[in-house]
Amino acid sequence: MTRVLMCPPDHYDLRYEINAWMHLENRPLLPLAARQWRMLHEQVQQLAQVELVSPAPECPDMVFTANAGLMVGEKAVLLSRFRHPERRPEEPHFRRWFEEHGYTVYTMPEDCPFEGEGDILWAGGRYVAGYRKRTEICAHRIAAEYLGREVLSLELVDDRWYHLDTALFVLDERTVVYYPGAFDPYARRVIEEHFHTLYVIEEEAMRFACNSVVIGNTVLMPEGCPLVASLLERKGYEVIPIPMSEFIKSGGACKCLVMFLER
Amino acid sequence: MHTELITLEGHIIDSLTLSKVLDILVASGVDYEIRSFRIGKSHDETSRAEILVIAPDEESLQRALHEVQQHGAVISQEDATLQPAPQDGVFPDGFYSTTNLETYVRIEGTWIPVDRIEMDCGIRVTHTESGWRAECIPLHRARKGDLFVVGSAGVRVTPLPRREAESVFHFMGSEVSIEKPKARIVQAVARAVRETKLKGQKVLFVGGPAIVHTGAAPYLERMIRAGWIDVLFAGNALATHDIERALYGTSLGVALETGVPETHGHEHHLRAINTIRAAGGIRQAVEKGVLKSGIMHACVVAGVKVVLAGSIRDDGPLPDVITDTVQAQDAMREGIRGVGLALMVATTLHSIATGNLLPASVTTFCIDANADTVIKLTDRGSHQAFGIVTDCAFFLKELATQLCGEA
Repeated sequence: MTRVLMCPPDHYDLRYEINAWMHLENRPLLPLAARQWRMLHEQVQQLAQVELVSPAPECPDMVFTANAGLMVGEKAVLLSRFRHPERRPEEPHFRRWFEEHGYTVYTMPEDCPFEGEGDILWAGGRYVAGYRKRTEICAHRIAAEYLGREVLSLELVDDRWYHLDTALFVLDERTVVYYPGAFDPYARRVIEEHFHTLYVIEEEAMRFACNSVVIGNTVLMPEGCPLVASLLERKGYEVIPIPMSEFIKSGGACKCLVMFLER
Repeated sequence: MHTELITLEGHIIDSLTLSKVLDILVASGVDYEIRSFRIGKSHDETSRAEILVIAPDEESLQRALHEVQQHGAVISQEDATLQPAPQDGVFPDGFYSTTNLETYVRIEGTWIPVDRIEMDCGIRVTHTESGWRAECIPLHRARKGDLFVVGSAGVRVTPLPRREAESVFHFMGSEVSIEKPKARIVQAVARAVRETKLKGQKVLFVGGPAIVHTGAAPYLERMIRAGWIDVLFAGNALATHDIERALYGTSLGVALETGVPETHGHEHHLRAINTIRAAGGIRQAVEKGVLKSGIMHACVVAGVKVVLAGSIRDDGPLPDVITDTVQAQDAMREGIRGVGLALMVATTLHSIATGNLLPASVTTFCIDANADTVIKLTDRGSHQAFGIVTDCAFFLKELATQLCGEA
């Protein structure tokens, strides 16, 4: 049974600007955000066992659990080391949750920013990883040692797609869906050479189509992405559109709100 | 003297339908009398005319009636006449031969729409639990005893609406466009593709091997991977040269990067076919990791429905090619269900074959370097087709940029 980690949006808010999406004058409508989170939570619960970490008042972005860390083996986690000081207060809260639940917690060196599953995604026998915007490439090498698997490094070149999971998702072990414009030409070649590929057009990438959660044959996708949704439906997937407008204001959507603990 | 009363109803004055019908009657050598005429007083009110057609003999009457029906003239208030097919694969004498326009038949006083309309077929009428059903049937599918419509009594055809003045395609007219701003035309095509997808309809792409020879395959591949294309019709050649490109980097032995023919390059396409035959088919080659890129690879990954129809000059062919032409037509008939827009690029044979099957309501673009292809298509009854005479590599590059952004 798939297990995931989510964090209720009790203290979610927009209090600083650390990516291209965040604008203090465009704060989320919090009751609507809470409703959108509940819709996602309800759908995820149909497909997986959901663990909840308690939100902390000083951490408005803690709701984005994908950035908590990365599972390395069954009962071990590589904890994130956030690039921006604004998000570092999240680290002890996530550490405590993992320790209390029996996980061995590993950490990155001080000078090596790493933002967990936001930037490293499982892709069958290997992992794909983004760098330059949040996570640095030094973290890929260290993650590869803990994982004992190949980690393909992909350079992100557009500030709007600052985490790998905003620009790419893994559909199955051999197929990735991605927005080519977010990557440099080398990264695109790496993706094309290792996977079967499907593309997201820019207007749907802007609506966070790539920030989708795939569990089995179901894809939980931010609403407003009909082209890629119809493409996946044609391939036999069930696509469930979820309104995510209030989280997109902070630069996140479905996938950012979910961290995989077990597949 | 042979006569028949016809009625014409709709915006028949503004759209010049009445004038057209009267002109057709005169040109067909028959006489007419206008029995009644009611003119709509405002834009939303329709007009109605009853016209008695007078002909010297039955044959010229039927010919004239058949012509004017295509412009919306309703021949009578009679029910359609039905006759059984005398044997398998044969329509009854005097069967009604369909157009690609929306058609209705009158059975027991009710107008019933004809399903899956297609030109040059018969109309089979069956009685089911939910009532009467009328459908378009190609000759080879007629079964002895099936009831078919004969004559044109009780048959009504809806003509295509006139293109609106503000329509993005108005400036293209309905003719073949050569001396027109090409980039603007491609923008209009891109918009039509978007609108089709937004309506939840499918986009059909019909392509020839020149797409690969001219180096345009990557543009088509991008559109497929982004989900713009739902159905692909082609022949052995497009698939073979695309696979040749994926496996050897050549098309007909010419290196696509440099434009230089390679030593023994002429063998590449046959080796490509052999590789796919050994794998058991295109999908199997993709699954086994033998085929890793190209149009056909993209179709498999993106779940595009592909119909490859064979021809007499095919090498191989690839195992996926349907070599029985009647079977291929039937597979194409299945493939066009739900299609709202068709792009026909650089192929005469497959464009005309597809045009034969498509209802006139499907927005159709025919893109070819040669104006003849486009003219042939419209001459064969696909009057809805917009012709664009241009190089397919230019067209596909522009279209891919419009739909998927800069590469």
